[in-house]
Amino acid sequence: MTPLLYASSGVAVFAIALYRIFTAGDVLRKIIAANLLGGGVFLILVAIARRPAAGIDPVPHALVLTGIVVSVSATACALALARRLEGTTLDDGDDGDDGSDDTEVAGRGP
Amino acid sequence: MTALDVLLAGALPVLAWRALATDDLHEAVVFFIALGLVAALAWARLDAPDIALVEAAVGAGVTGSLFVTTLRARGLRPPASPAPRRARIALAVLTIASALGIGAALAALPAEPPGLGELVRASLPETGVQHTVTAVLLNVRGYDTLLEMAVLVAAVLAVLARAPSPSARPAARPAAPDDDPARPLIAVLARLLVPGIILVAGYLLWRGAFAPGGAFQAAAVLAGGGILAILAGRRAPDPHARAVRRGLVFGPGAFVLIAAVPLIAGRHVLEYPEGWAKVLIVAVEVALTFSIALTLVLFFPASGEKGT
Repeated sequence: MTPLLYASSGVAVFAIALYRIFTAGDVLRKIIAANLLGGGVFLILVAIARRPAAGIDPVPHALVLTGIVVSVSATACALALARRLEGTTLDDGDDGDDGSDDTEVAGRGP
Repeated sequence: MTALDVLLAGALPVLAWRALATDDLHEAVVFFIALGLVAALAWARLDAPDIALVEAAVGAGVTGSLFVTTLRARGLRPPASPAPRRARIALAVLTIASALGIGAALAALPAEPPGLGELVRASLPETGVQHTVTAVLLNVRGYDTLLEMAVLVAAVLAVLARAPSPSARPAARPAAPDDDPARPLIAVLARLLVPGIILVAGYLLWRGAFAPGGAFQAAAVLAGGGILAILAGRRAPDPHARAVRRGLVFGPGAFVLIAAVPLIAGRHVLEYPEGWAKVLIVAVEVALTFSIALTLVLFFPASGEKGT
């Protein structure tokens, strides 16, 4: 019964995140929603892994561990892209700075 | 099923909704971190201590701090215009339909599935370690872990491509130090906590061979300590330094080497020679811990590039 409870909780988190990933206008909130989308899937997977009578299935556990690390990588990458996007489309005085940074980095390339 | 389970399982969707429905992004990030911590408790209740450790350190800790620094750097923005009403209603209907579909699929699963647990437990003596999750990660499904390291390397390359070079911006620090009233407190806290964190990471790494723990858990805790040290004013690792770059590829490189060497003897990729499994797994784990922690830390200071 407990696995089913957490699995339904995971489905609810997944549904909320799916809805917001489409309706949120802000890119940062979309990234949070993408994270929660993954979180819902992890919850469903681990809840399913607890069901076998013979004992816990360790394979979904390993999958979720891998998934959490991949999701933090994807988040870091998405946030870097978001900063780039906002830095170039919004005129908030940082544009000049960013431009000089980029040429500096490019100039130092091997 | 206890009241605690009902409370945790009920709290998760509520926190998700609060994190995503609020107009205030700071509030959204606080709810996101809270959700990560509640999720860590849920993992513990679902007998998944390995995931609970990583979730608390990476899901809530590292990801949360990435969001906080990004918010801090970008400053206040007017809220973006929401999607049109008709689209929202259509999307709500579609989302509820897909949630019901997933729910129906879950209910249709066999009540007593065999799972792969028996298979893993039966072959555990051959894997060289005594903990099933570590056995799956580094022996049975070592290939997945190898590819995961490739993902980490690709992500850190993408993030560093956006990082300012140290000469262009000497104060590569996450926040303006002078106007932060909590700074002396953080410095004291870091001095007290970081040695303990290093100790805990080492313990988790060693424990992974026979109990919940291992390279990912250790690296996640270690990266948390590294980020704390950077917040306290320690200099962040310079991505342009040769030592840091070598450190980043050290773990994946060692793993690829150990995976490929059996090919010379005419064996399969990732095949550990008889009797050597434990030694090689622990060696790979030590190398991976170091590189994963460095990767996670390098994700971080780049977030503050605009705040300096």
